[in-house]
Amino acid sequence: MDYDKKDYKNFIEKKSPNSKLWRNMLSSFVVGGLICTLGQGVGNIYKNFFGLDEADVRIAVPITMIFLGALFTGLDLYNKLAKYAGAGTLVPITGFSNAVVSPAIEFRREGFILGLAAKMFVIAGPVIVYGINASVIMGLVMYLFGLVK
Amino acid sequence: MNKRMGNQTVAFQSEVRIFSTACVAGKKEGQGPLGKYFDVVMEDAEWGEKTWEKTESKMQRSALIRAVEKGSVEVKDINYIFAGDLLNQCISSSFGLLDFGVPFMGVYGACSTMAETIGLSAMAIDGGFADCAAAVTSSHFCTAERQYRNPLEYGNQRTPTAQWTVTGAGAAILSNKGDGPFVTHFTSGRIVDMGISDANNMGAAMAPAAADTLDAHFRDTGRSPDFYDLIVSGDLGLVGKSALIDLMYEKGFLISKNYDDCGCMIFDTKRQDVHAGGSGCGCLAVTLCGFIMDAMKAGRLKNVLFMGTGALLSPTSSLQGGTIPSVAHAVALASERM
Repeated sequence: MDYDKKDYKNFIEKKSPNSKLWRNMLSSFVVGGLICTLGQGVGNIYKNFFGLDEADVRIAVPITMIFLGALFTGLDLYNKLAKYAGAGTLVPITGFSNAVVSPAIEFRREGFILGLAAKMFVIAGPVIVYGINASVIMGLVMYLFGLVK
Repeated sequence: MNKRMGNQTVAFQSEVRIFSTACVAGKKEGQGPLGKYFDVVMEDAEWGEKTWEKTESKMQRSALIRAVEKGSVEVKDINYIFAGDLLNQCISSSFGLLDFGVPFMGVYGACSTMAETIGLSAMAIDGGFADCAAAVTSSHFCTAERQYRNPLEYGNQRTPTAQWTVTGAGAAILSNKGDGPFVTHFTSGRIVDMGISDANNMGAAMAPAAADTLDAHFRDTGRSPDFYDLIVSGDLGLVGKSALIDLMYEKGFLISKNYDDCGCMIFDTKRQDVHAGGSGCGCLAVTLCGFIMDAMKAGRLKNVLFMGTGALLSPTSSLQGGTIPSVAHAVALASERM
């Protein structure tokens, strides 16, 4: 080759189009906001029409949102929305649901055990592992500083 | 008789022709600019099979059956099948070509497979080891996505430089008799790695390999880019195509007049939402076996240089932080022998 790897990298960076950052941020803000608003709406319905107390609402709303995320993943719609929304669909709990359900659907063909069940956490697994670890560490810190009694 | 020209090229001395070709393409490809040149356009991604891997095997099988029918050859007259694909252990080829009962040579050249298998077939024929050989390859959007990237239903955004794997299979039957364009030269490529590690910018990773092979081809044969009516690369896409034009210009070759990339030809990159264009073994395979062969037989194109470009990465090498080694193989076709 006539020039070195560093030059080539710079050359390619100039050639490669960048993501449309502002448009992507705006659509993720709007869609993410709408999903959260929907969650709040669901919470209000549970509270006002079904008479659930605050603690129960906090459990019922995530269950409902996880269900909706799974449903729209199964209907092949969640990924279509995510194409425009990006982090707007990734960050809310519906995104977590999508990350678990999508490999489950895809790897169903390799069987229920080594396919569906084994591959189910291929994307979401790290979130669970490091989420639990982080909460254990935080728990220890709070215990040692006497914040938890 | 020395058949070698320079370091990387072989020139075929006897008549080696691409006797018959056929291709099977997906629905999205069928809706693209080259749609009318495909023998079969599948109505959906499954094509009556339970898994996409089985669909891809069926695509290879169907492409070869169709090529056999179109050329009125007997399967028993084919001495070798050279074939490969993108899936682990090349299962599309081994399952798809099982029933033919023809000696099978599995080839892995990633997306350069069509050019590599045609080159090897031509070498076998010109070497006197075969009278007739078939080159087959395929790729499928859904099988490639699940192997290299994420499940289809997973919600994520593709980067602007990402390419869309073509769902398509192509089969070419080469023979030392009959009619069809002549295979005149085969320039096999070296592995080139310029340190690109972004698997979503494969065109950028492969362009230096393409430039290396093109340069070798022109140097070995003494030909200039003007000799060809069309020079096509397999799947460099918008970024890689533009990079190759610049890289060749720096080497002293102006290719922009008669050069195009199958990844940019097969889809309408503005309308079909494929970001930087098409990719995959099927990209060159269906463009060659459909559009290019049609144009050569009709006399619209006389001298064609097609070049398969392959990114030799694996999901494992990417996860381990590896860069993307690439390779390109070029085959020269001529409608008349000089």
